[in-house]
Amino acid sequence: MITLSHIEKTYAGADGAVTALKDVSLTVARGEIFGVIGLSGAGKSTLIRCINLLERPTSGSVIVDGLDMMALSDAELREARKSIGMIFQHFNLLSSATVYDNVAFPLRLSGMDEDAIRAKVEPLLALVSLDDKAQQYPSQLSGGQKQRVGIARALASEPKVLLCDEATSALDPQTTKAILELIRDINQKLGLTVVIITHEMQVIKDICDKVAVIENGVITESGRVIDVFTDPQRDMTKEFISVLMGSGFPPDLQNAPISAEPIPGGRLLVRLTFVGSSAGEPVISTLIRKYEVEADILYGNIDSIKDTPYGRMLLGLSGAPEAVENALAFLREKDLRIEVIGYVA
Amino acid sequence: MSPDVIPLLMKALGETVAMVVVAMIAATAIGVPLGVLLVVTAKGGVLACPALNRVVAAVVNAVRSIPFIILMVAIIPFTRLVVGTSIGTTAAMVPLTLASIPFIGRQVETSLREVPYGLIEAALAMGATPMQIIRRVYLPEALSSIVAQLTTVVIALVGESAMAGAIGGGGLGDLAIRYGYQRFRPEIMLATVVVLIALVQLVQFAGNSLAKRLNKKEM
Ligand SMILES: Nc1ncnc2c1ncn2[C@@H]1O[C@H](COP(=O)(O)OP(=O)(O)O)[C@@H](O)[C@H]1O
Ligand SMILES: [Mg+2]
Repeated sequence: MITLSHIEKTYAGADGAVTALKDVSLTVARGEIFGVIGLSGAGKSTLIRCINLLERPTSGSVIVDGLDMMALSDAELREARKSIGMIFQHFNLLSSATVYDNVAFPLRLSGMDEDAIRAKVEPLLALVSLDDKAQQYPSQLSGGQKQRVGIARALASEPKVLLCDEATSALDPQTTKAILELIRDINQKLGLTVVIITHEMQVIKDICDKVAVIENGVITESGRVIDVFTDPQRDMTKEFISVLMGSGFPPDLQNAPISAEPIPGGRLLVRLTFVGSSAGEPVISTLIRKYEVEADILYGNIDSIKDTPYGRMLLGLSGAPEAVENALAFLREKDLRIEVIGYVA
Repeated sequence: MSPDVIPLLMKALGETVAMVVVAMIAATAIGVPLGVLLVVTAKGGVLACPALNRVVAAVVNAVRSIPFIILMVAIIPFTRLVVGTSIGTTAAMVPLTLASIPFIGRQVETSLREVPYGLIEAALAMGATPMQIIRRVYLPEALSSIVAQLTTVVIALVGESAMAGAIGGGGLGDLAIRYGYQRFRPEIMLATVVVLIALVQLVQFAGNSLAKRLNKKEM
């Protein structure tokens, strides 16, 4: 649905050029919810704005629904933008227009008659649960309600793609959840392709199918959310995940020296990540029964991404060195991700 | 107060109001588009054309820097060309209009710049044309602020119209100078001042309430 190839974007700043995007390529499939996560200033907004050409890439190509966006004339680009909805961190609603008129705005741009507009706006307001607020002004609404107006407005012209630039960053966690649920609902009901920019891993975890991590204008990691979540490659990605899940280390181990060599009487720390069906397997009890080791569960949690359950567990294995080796070999054979951290006293 | 004061005052007030209203309407008709032009043709505007922008800005500044009394005299030939005479209330409307155009242009420019860029961007993302952005985003969003700014222009016009009166334009300024000053009728001078103060208060009050009613940002 969306293909960005080798996008470069350089801003001519006052003190020299700033390269906001470097050789960015990504593909978003039809009907997918695609997240892009990165720190502030990483180039996320620039990236999403390159999709509807609010920002024109310095080089590279942007294909949306088969259209080569950069080859379009001004008038063609305006038409193309009508099938790409966008919502914003600060909502960007007209303060002088009622909720109804804000949602009707894109339809009036297309010169639709008022009866047809009413027939479209009313169901949209119902969809975002704002039918009772039609005649209110944005200043009378809460942040979550404003974003609902933004969503209804973005959907009015029946877009195929919805771009969300930090759409929940100005909202509290509960409102964020509700807005994300609404976006997921719309994605499922209307088959809309969604691109979400965020600096919060929670957002990615809650609704995205795929994720790309952007650092200093470069996409450093991307893939299915469950894969990136359970097997992050980059330090920054691990950082994002640990902000969400905690480091997975109990406090008394946080500063303990870790040795690569066995320590007599010590324990081997192993992190296990279970994904999907293996999350339910009785691995630990088998381990203790079959090998002469003690396995302390130092930390553990079970969660799910979309509908895939996954769990993380920190084990402390102790026993005879051979037994520990065998136990480790057993774990490696299992369908789970295993990370050997080292020995502690 | 002698009985002739009231009719004199009413006639002068009528002339002042006529000068202000006509000049205001004519100047707004030109000044608002001028303000829009200053914003949209600026660098990064929706119809960016920095060269044009610089020229227009320079002309606006030039006209604004001429004191009204000098402008009035300097454009007498032009005034005569437009209205066929260079004295009287009708003639005064020409320099009053001319002086107010760049003033309104700058005031409107200031109001339009207060519209958050995010709104312009949202409209662009929805496929709006530059004209649609002007008509459906800039002007309605800035309306309350424009009304407040135009109120200031009306009050400035009341003052300038009194100056125009000094060279035969009629109105309250003319009355104050001819009767109050030259004929030593302090009660006329006083009455004129009172009427002027009342007029300005009324304009300010009306402008403020209208601006407030149009402002939907804080409700
Ligand atoms: N219009 C602009 N002019 C100059 N530099 C810009 C502009 N927009 C963004 N940048 C720069 O590009 C980089 C990426 O910005 P942005 O895409 O907004 O990041 P993010 O949305 O991830 O916080 C930053 O260094 C920012 O300063
Ligand atoms: Mg941003």
